[in-house]
Amino acid sequence: MTAMTDDTLPVTPRTLRDEMIAFGIMTVLLLIVPFTGVYPFFVMQALCFALLACAFNLLIGYGGLLSFGHAMFLGTAGYVTAHALKVWGFTPELGILIGTAGAAGLGVITGLVAIRRQGIYFAMITLALSQLLYFIYLQTPFTHGEDGIQGIPQGYLFGVFNLAKPTVLYYVILAGFLFGFLVIFRTINSPFGEVLKSIRENEQRAISLGYKTDQYKLLAYILSGTLAGFAGSLKVFVAQNASLTDVHWTMSGEIVLMTLVGGLGTVFGPVVGAFVIIAMQQYLAGFGQWVTVIQGVIFVVCVLTFRRGVIGEIAHYFRRSL
Amino acid sequence: MQALYAQLLVGLINGSFYALLSLGLAVIFGMLNIINFAHGALYMMGAFCAYFLLSVMNIGYWPALIIAPIAVGIFGMILERTMLQWLSGLDHLYGLLLTFGMALIIQGVFQNYFGSSGLPYAIPDELKGGMNLGFMFLPIYRGWVVVFSLIVCLLTWYLIERTRLGANLRAATENPTLVRAFGINVPRMITLTYGLGVGLAALAGVLSAPINQVRPLMGADLIIVVFAVVVIGGMGSIMGSIITGFALGVVEGLTKYFYPEASNTVVFVLMVLVLLVKPSGLTGRAN
Repeated sequence: MTAMTDDTLPVTPRTLRDEMIAFGIMTVLLLIVPFTGVYPFFVMQALCFALLACAFNLLIGYGGLLSFGHAMFLGTAGYVTAHALKVWGFTPELGILIGTAGAAGLGVITGLVAIRRQGIYFAMITLALSQLLYFIYLQTPFTHGEDGIQGIPQGYLFGVFNLAKPTVLYYVILAGFLFGFLVIFRTINSPFGEVLKSIRENEQRAISLGYKTDQYKLLAYILSGTLAGFAGSLKVFVAQNASLTDVHWTMSGEIVLMTLVGGLGTVFGPVVGAFVIIAMQQYLAGFGQWVTVIQGVIFVVCVLTFRRGVIGEIAHYFRRSL
Repeated sequence: MQALYAQLLVGLINGSFYALLSLGLAVIFGMLNIINFAHGALYMMGAFCAYFLLSVMNIGYWPALIIAPIAVGIFGMILERTMLQWLSGLDHLYGLLLTFGMALIIQGVFQNYFGSSGLPYAIPDELKGGMNLGFMFLPIYRGWVVVFSLIVCLLTWYLIERTRLGANLRAATENPTLVRAFGINVPRMITLTYGLGVGLAALAGVLSAPINQVRPLMGADLIIVVFAVVVIGGMGSIMGSIITGFALGVVEGLTKYFYPEASNTVVFVLMVLVLLVKPSGLTGRAN
């Protein structure tokens, strides 16, 4: 990942401090959202996608692996959670748990296949695997095909929090997002994360130092898929449905786009990117297919002139790591 | 039995498209180090080009078979000159992302103007009707698609593996700097290669227009299957791409007959199996 490594600064107490401050600002901003009159549904949706993009970014930004099929985790966890809540009558916390576990299982299975090839092939394989899953979900009865699973009961989290109330739901989603974000943040700054970065920079050298790089990549892939699934389970409570759009390749493309716009390999970039793209979709919802065209234009412009993304450019300008 | 042969024929036709498209992907990847995600969109443009030629200018199938690949090829070369060439030296992944964006733009624009439904394109008079082969009824147009695609594939193989131009091309794939030192204009060759690959995709589009109807998203799902074909076959060899393309089409056709529920997924399942057994692909070298 030659283009991305230029900006990677060594982790010093100062970079960690910068990131802590940014995390604090982000948390405060998100905590006060319900008092600002911003449409909470929009922010909740954006938070789910932000976590999804962060999970995706863990894989490409720190492991150098571009997954073009991350929608499969979103969709799978969504279907499992939705089915568990609606048909089996699970409580919300169990529903989230089983949905996330489903995504983790999918990560193990697809990871063992996808990890066998590198670089560009990895992207094509993950895309093909997600398309395989798309057709399976199209045909299996429990997903209800084109209709999807609708009218999912929201219930009481831990028997206490009424998720049908928008404000309660908002803080639950926010807590889930912050939890996932901190898991990723911790992973990036752990010894495991350092090995992952070294594999991104020079895999041969990491092998020569005795690291079993395939195991590291597989673990990163499973972790990324699991967290993406966690985001998918949370999203069920916001959208109250689970449908084929969440498994389609266009969704995988949107995840890539969010991360690219925010900044590949930056800690906060995917969050910013998710808010930008979701906001754009909200405002341009009436323009039909032009949204697709605009997304395509953003892809092209980002790749040609803006490869660091919003946060990447800011971090580069201030010579900080964000 | 009739139904089996019919599905085999459908399989061979799909196989022709897989072969033409994966061939183009392999040639482009060899020279540009880019996986061309826009390949499906350019295939669709080939079909639309034939449609416009007929409906607007009253130019029929046979000229379209030549005009459409050239027109789309030139469009591709413009894309390469204005955008793709700036990516040389960057990670492969940026090429995939850029061409994905291009695919979204092209497909989105066509969807805005033509919706998602199919536009009919008539089979040319010379190829209408069918033949009774004794064991099956062969629609002439479908037979023509298979034979013609095979010829084009073999000609491309000959061009790349047996001619002087092809030798230069293969040399430039291995070591562009050295080839430039011999006075060969490598950037121009890269542009022409992209044009050639894209032209093959457009040709497949024209061939499929009378069979599959002309739709803005006709290439979107196809390209993902072709990616799986490329992973199975590996991009190391031209002949490998051709054979894998046709073979997978046939396997898909057989699946449609014996176990129709799996016909959408069989290529992907085969990809998984190949990755587990021989990760570098059937004809690919270790990477």
